[in-house]
Amino acid sequence: MSALLAALNILVFPGLVFVLVLGLAGQFVDRKLHARLQNRVGPPWFQPVADLFKLLGKEAVVPEEADRRMFVMAPVFALAAAIAAFLYVPLWNARPVFSFDYDLVVVLYLLLIPTLTFFLGGWYSRSVFSTIGAVRSITQLFAYEIPLLVGLLSPALLADTWSISGMAAFYQAHPWYWLVNLIGFGVCLVSLLGKLERVPFDAPEAETEIVAGSFTEYSGRYLALFRMAVDTEAIVASSLMAAVFLPFGLGLPAWLGFLVYLAKVGAILFALALLRTVFARLRIDQIVDFCWRWVAPIAFLQVIIDLVAKEFLPR
Amino acid sequence: MSDYPPVVTIPIGPQHPALKEPESFMIDLRGEKIDAVRMRFGYNHRGIEKGCEQRSYTQDLYLVERVCGICSFSHSTAFVMAVEEIAGLQIPPRAKYIRTIIAELERVHSHLLWLGVAGHEVGFDTLLMYTWRDREQVMILLTQLTGNRVNYAMNTVGGVRRDITAEQIPDILKVVDSLEERTKYYIDLALREETLIKRLAGVGKLSKEDAIRLGTLGPTARASGVDRDTRRDDPYLAYPEVEFKVVTDDHCDVYGRVIVRMGELMQTYSILRQLVKQIPAGDITVKAPRRIPEGEAFSRYEAPRGEDVHYVRGNGTEKPERVKVRAPTLGNIASVAKMLEDGYLADLPIVIAAIDPCFSCTDRMVGVTDLAGGDHRTMGWEEVSRYGIEWHKARGLDLSRLRIPGGIGA
Repeated sequence: MSALLAALNILVFPGLVFVLVLGLAGQFVDRKLHARLQNRVGPPWFQPVADLFKLLGKEAVVPEEADRRMFVMAPVFALAAAIAAFLYVPLWNARPVFSFDYDLVVVLYLLLIPTLTFFLGGWYSRSVFSTIGAVRSITQLFAYEIPLLVGLLSPALLADTWSISGMAAFYQAHPWYWLVNLIGFGVCLVSLLGKLERVPFDAPEAETEIVAGSFTEYSGRYLALFRMAVDTEAIVASSLMAAVFLPFGLGLPAWLGFLVYLAKVGAILFALALLRTVFARLRIDQIVDFCWRWVAPIAFLQVIIDLVAKEFLPR
Repeated sequence: MSDYPPVVTIPIGPQHPALKEPESFMIDLRGEKIDAVRMRFGYNHRGIEKGCEQRSYTQDLYLVERVCGICSFSHSTAFVMAVEEIAGLQIPPRAKYIRTIIAELERVHSHLLWLGVAGHEVGFDTLLMYTWRDREQVMILLTQLTGNRVNYAMNTVGGVRRDITAEQIPDILKVVDSLEERTKYYIDLALREETLIKRLAGVGKLSKEDAIRLGTLGPTARASGVDRDTRRDDPYLAYPEVEFKVVTDDHCDVYGRVIVRMGELMQTYSILRQLVKQIPAGDITVKAPRRIPEGEAFSRYEAPRGEDVHYVRGNGTEKPERVKVRAPTLGNIASVAKMLEDGYLADLPIVIAAIDPCFSCTDRMVGVTDLAGGDHRTMGWEEVSRYGIEWHKARGLDLSRLRIPGGIGA
């Protein structure tokens, strides 16, 4: 029976189907907010679904020069990794579907895979625009990944556990300790913009320079998978941040807790949409410079704060 | 940078999302740095100059208006001023004022459009959405005044075709007030928004000496400290009767070009207020002859992108002998290669956009390159004709005896 339950968890709830629906909803929220902030009308609610089905129905062209196997596999791996990561993230209580010690590291590892597939997909497309986009993706990875890791690990230091559910349980027991990690929350928001390749960190797919970066040669269902992977990544990362940095309302009844969870993810999506509205795109060298000069030191400051807090706060 | 041996060549254009018109930039890259730029134009040659010789002056007005999709009024006014000079026509003062009002409104819509495009090129789409929303006000006003959004068809030889009524004056002032507020906001934004300054300051450097040497015009030159404006230096229309300042800046980069254009907008609002206040009563047109006498004229006009020059020669018939258009982009394009020297690939779109290019207006010839052979040569009209006849002959069709009345070989 437990095998059946696990399959249900992986395929339907809170796995594949649920996260895909949530990803599309997240994409809609982001696009609508972005549009409203820019004084536009924005798309209707079903637009992401319509886009997805349109792309799925279109001809998928694989360039003659491209390495066919890598080109086709990259989007599949991207989506699979993002969905797999979701299974370890607690939603409205302190218990995710699967949980073990150090699962935080596994989730971060799984969230790294989509970026690597952007690189591989772009590199093996063999087009100049894709190649430059791929190189920029990987360059950007070195800029934001360390601050993101450090930012997410610092609450774990305070909680003295590397499992996400353990952290959630710790912060549930000490309701106000999450305030210590507010700086880390800001750092992770900024790094997340880099991970999702959004303005101001969208140099890897800068439309006016390199068309669509890694995705230039992608079309049809492969592009649909890549887009789905990015949407899913946004939801997984937002849920992870909600669980780690905003660990309140976890003991509520399921329906209320679920609403609180949606509100938290919605708030993070809103912050992401707001940030990408108010900035211009930075150059790749400016991104690396900014992340290492400002974001990374602030992330390490958060680590120091957490180490001190761990000494002095009652446990 | 020589420790990056592989040079990657990337094609920007003829079809590319950064470009609004077809043109080609082949960029040699070392990493993210630009090594060399090879520009090629001529993808949108439309033969308008030749077309003008085959049509009457009145028809030409509407053809010349279509040289540019943004500064359409600049071209038609520059053309009609040259024609009026040949014919010795003095247009009524009211017509001069109306032409100047439309010309300045066109500058407003062109500069706001440019600001949006500049925002888009550096990935700041919010700026694009805001400026284009505000620009809509002036577009609606122009539609009210002229009946059209872009090709206004206001000019006619000897005056203008529509009057501005007393009821329309408050509408103009309302739009000017509202846009002045918005422009102040954009100036404030340009002075304070960190990421925008990061992307604009120090990008596309062009020193004053280079700006003069390469013959740059308009806001591009003024942003490099070249104090040059046809409206003041060689006044035409109603410009001698209004007060305004020529905005210059010595940043010498894209940021300076933003400041100059925004400053010019503020001057334009002041010019518009003065024009509306001083506009004299009277006729809007004088009777013009159908046949323009023999003679030639050269007219200069400060278009939003720089000085626009038209040359017209009349031969006593109702069609001109020769029309020559020098769009401002032609003067500015030589400076782009200089600005891109040692720049980043990421800055390429904004550097090109910063001269506010209009490539279709500039194209005067078509170049065809045989990609397979790589053979590059220029063919004259006679040679093209001969080539065509030979090509058909080789396929069993002899056209060499064909005589086209008035055509080649007639």
